[in-house]
Amino acid sequence: MGMKILVIGSGPIVIGQAAEFDYAGTQACKSLREEGHEVVLINSNPATIMTDEETADRVYIEPLTPEFCERVIEREKPEGLLPTLGGQTGLNLASALAQRGVLEKHNVKMLGTPLSAIQQAEDREAFRALMRELNEPVPESWIVESEEQLEAILDEVPYPCIVRPAYTLGGTGGGIATTREDLRAIGSNGLKLSMRSQIMVERSLLGWKEVEYEVMRDGAGNCITICNMENFDPMGVHTGDSIVIAPSQTLSDIEYHMLRTAALKIIRALKIEGGCNVQLALSPESFDYYIIEVNPRVSRSSALASKATGYPIARVAAKIAVGKTLDEIENQVTGTTKACFEPALDYCVVKIPRWPFDKFESGDRTLFTQMKATGEVMAIDRSFETAFLKAIRGLEVRQKDLWHEKFAGRRSVMGGPPADSPLSDEELEQAIRVPTDERLWAIAEGLRRGWDIGRINRLCRVDTWFLEKMKELVAVEQALLHFESFSTTPEIMDSVLRRAFELGFSYDQIASYLGVTGELVADMERQKEALSGLANPEAIQAGQFDRGIEALGVAIASNPVAKSEFDAFWSKYDANDPVFLARFFAVGKLKEHSGGAVFKMVDTCAGEFESQTPYFYSTTGIESDLVSQ
Amino acid sequence: MTPMLMFGQLPSASTRAGKLAGAVYLVLSDGTAFSGRRLGAEGDAIGEVVFNTGMTGYQEILTDPSYAGQLVTLTYPLIGNYGINRDDFQSDRLQPVGLIVREACAKPSNWRSTMTLDELLKERGMVAIQGIDTRALTRHIRSAGVTMGILTSDPSSAAQKLAETDSYDDEDFVYKVTTRAPYAWGREGREAVDSPSDVLPYKVVALDCGLKHNILNRLASLGARTIVLPATSTADEVLAWNPDGILLSPGPGDPARLGSVIETVKALLGERPIFGICLGNQLLCRALGGETYKLKYGHRGANHPVKDLLDGTVTITSQNHGYAVNPETLEGTGAEITQINLNDNTVEGLRHVKHQAVSIQYHPEAAPGPWDSRKYFTQFIEMLK
Repeated sequence: MGMKILVIGSGPIVIGQAAEFDYAGTQACKSLREEGHEVVLINSNPATIMTDEETADRVYIEPLTPEFCERVIEREKPEGLLPTLGGQTGLNLASALAQRGVLEKHNVKMLGTPLSAIQQAEDREAFRALMRELNEPVPESWIVESEEQLEAILDEVPYPCIVRPAYTLGGTGGGIATTREDLRAIGSNGLKLSMRSQIMVERSLLGWKEVEYEVMRDGAGNCITICNMENFDPMGVHTGDSIVIAPSQTLSDIEYHMLRTAALKIIRALKIEGGCNVQLALSPESFDYYIIEVNPRVSRSSALASKATGYPIARVAAKIAVGKTLDEIENQVTGTTKACFEPALDYCVVKIPRWPFDKFESGDRTLFTQMKATGEVMAIDRSFETAFLKAIRGLEVRQKDLWHEKFAGRRSVMGGPPADSPLSDEELEQAIRVPTDERLWAIAEGLRRGWDIGRINRLCRVDTWFLEKMKELVAVEQALLHFESFSTTPEIMDSVLRRAFELGFSYDQIASYLGVTGELVADMERQKEALSGLANPEAIQAGQFDRGIEALGVAIASNPVAKSEFDAFWSKYDANDPVFLARFFAVGKLKEHSGGAVFKMVDTCAGEFESQTPYFYSTTGIESDLVSQ
Repeated sequence: MTPMLMFGQLPSASTRAGKLAGAVYLVLSDGTAFSGRRLGAEGDAIGEVVFNTGMTGYQEILTDPSYAGQLVTLTYPLIGNYGINRDDFQSDRLQPVGLIVREACAKPSNWRSTMTLDELLKERGMVAIQGIDTRALTRHIRSAGVTMGILTSDPSSAAQKLAETDSYDDEDFVYKVTTRAPYAWGREGREAVDSPSDVLPYKVVALDCGLKHNILNRLASLGARTIVLPATSTADEVLAWNPDGILLSPGPGDPARLGSVIETVKALLGERPIFGICLGNQLLCRALGGETYKLKYGHRGANHPVKDLLDGTVTITSQNHGYAVNPETLEGTGAEITQINLNDNTVEGLRHVKHQAVSIQYHPEAAPGPWDSRKYFTQFIEMLK
């Protein structure tokens, strides 16, 4: 039996609420129509897929306000309203409609997670009461609803503390206060920005691991985890501004499942019907954890989790909203199993936010609890290093790896003058300590200066696991810059190049560190062409090097064309220059090692079942999942 | 004199070229070979090649006796990230014959970590391989089924060594992993059977076919002290302890080969409440007259959905088994299928009301995996009251 369902879109793209809700809404509309329902959509943003004619049965381009929404409801008389896919805008609008009695008046049923659950999750006081009831820890905090209340707590709270306004997008108006004056200023601004004029002041968990669980529950009470994610940036930076890794890397099995159990317990208690995001802080030195936040809807993290795992969260959430249970919904990826399972990843996913500071150079680049990023890139590979470098290249910023001229000075080249870093150690320490969009490059420069992992960890609190991986990348970069020093041991040269490719440096990057130019490559190609057929390279490969060289010498002397090509080459280049010799060696090896990418599938099940999905990523390996047409 | 240099070649490179030092190979019985790098101890290891899709829990997997006789492939590519700690071992030794990973972490990070994965493997003498395309291997097993394989640095002799070794299906691993002498397990862990701390309200006797510590810990946390007996114990020996209930443990290998254990279980039916886990589920099935069969590539991971047919709920479970209960053979035995796997509809739980016997095919103790089915321990304790 089909229903007529109103779906609320998310309106204009703003910082904190971007295209992820178009993705979620579009998937949901398709999913509802698949089930035979009629979809009415309201959204004011023309640049969305969901407003395309194929996505919904009827599309209203109207402002997302209660008045306009009520007009549509009067005209269309929908039986259901699905608000949990349009981000915070959709939720706020739905609660406004409910409060005004519009839904009751027109007999519109709220689908998916009940409004009461949404309010319980979003109202700080109600949420904390529930957590106490569930025996789940929340950081000590103070709810403030007026300037007077704010004044009253200034002497009471532990500094630094975090200010979080209730009911705002992307944590707008939040911040970290280290002094009474800070708290007064940030708090009073937050009160103005909050829809309910409510802020929460909270114990700071700076330096704790920030971990998220993307979870789902159906109306029958079945709960699953789609994905967990670990933030590279520890607590204190908004998750939308954090580099995020999926799945978590530094959590043991007990820690993983302790937090998973807490997340599922919470969505059970809230009676969520659909997707939900639970953010937790985990101590880096004990099993202590705190519940930080619950987003009772499809969120930015859902889009990431969805693409990171291949699990269509919004599609499944929409079906749950119309009463299906997880075991009734098919897993589209495999086609043979059910949506009721937890994706197993056999790769590592890295998300790096994209900030607009290159366009707004005067902007404050410091990151804290209010989101500043306007977008993000995601990269997938079979190791953290390769996924991390891919993500950096995907950012479309000037930096293509861990070298940033602001911290490391002009990019150096093998055989060239050493880089002259423009920053003093004190300045660099500060750049590592304060989270900014550029901090990862500052950390890399610290590693380049040989600072030990402990020192850098104390400055930025980024887990040493990530720092060790970055250290390895910097070590390879340094080995490339000093490549000529290995020229007496070709095995080492070979292994450096092999390792550089293995860790995800590209051909161009490696060539640029080595100073291998297109001209050199062309000259070598030409010489090789002229000499081809004169000697037997296989003989040399096979260890008969001296005989091979001798044969080559004889052959060259008796072939005028080859001889002139050969002489021309060696009059241009200096065979006694170790830097040149290192490049000469590298050119052939670069070719050899750079080939052979394979494509693996994002199949939700780590290869356990045969799958039909269009998601692939490139990596090194012996077998591609993608059969060429 | 003009130098004589070949393209991309330095003189000493070719003369020193040869096999990569430390190269290790995985060769399967069908001849498929993978090359990788040494991890852990030196030497050869022969076993059944299986894969586990869990993303965490390598320490628990390495010490789970149900992996005896197997070369375990971990499909998650980054293994060893949080190191090895003192607390998460599930038995006293490493149980698989070898480990296969894409990348082993040399610089782990976790507050409980005391050593790296490689250090553990070396210390306990386990042969392992890293640097291979584990997804390609997994896909191979998925389509060809589990198969015997060898980890070796000398691939030329692999085929012969494989031919000379008994197949996994022909070995009795339970008798190798079971305890030699009885012991007890209470709130503080392992203790002597006549320990003075014998204060817990319930007494369970476990037939040890390959117990994991967390099974015993879960029981203790709910007030049950467990007396662990060798798998070869007779029913009289079990009942001599006058237990409140009997636990049939998980364990490795083909249940059909465990004739004497099945006889013991048969004799225990109806004597006391029985709770079977994993192999225990298969033993109960066979004791009731049903049959078991080998799955193509088993269930090993932490994400298997199981539907409880009694209340309709679905639970995500931790699994590790290569054999399953044949539902058709249960007809007329009085056994009821209580749970099924949503992925492939295989039997995940049984009960026999008259005999007060229940069993599940997966691991309610988790370690590794989700904690969602801990309630089955509570249900078992309820049966003891």
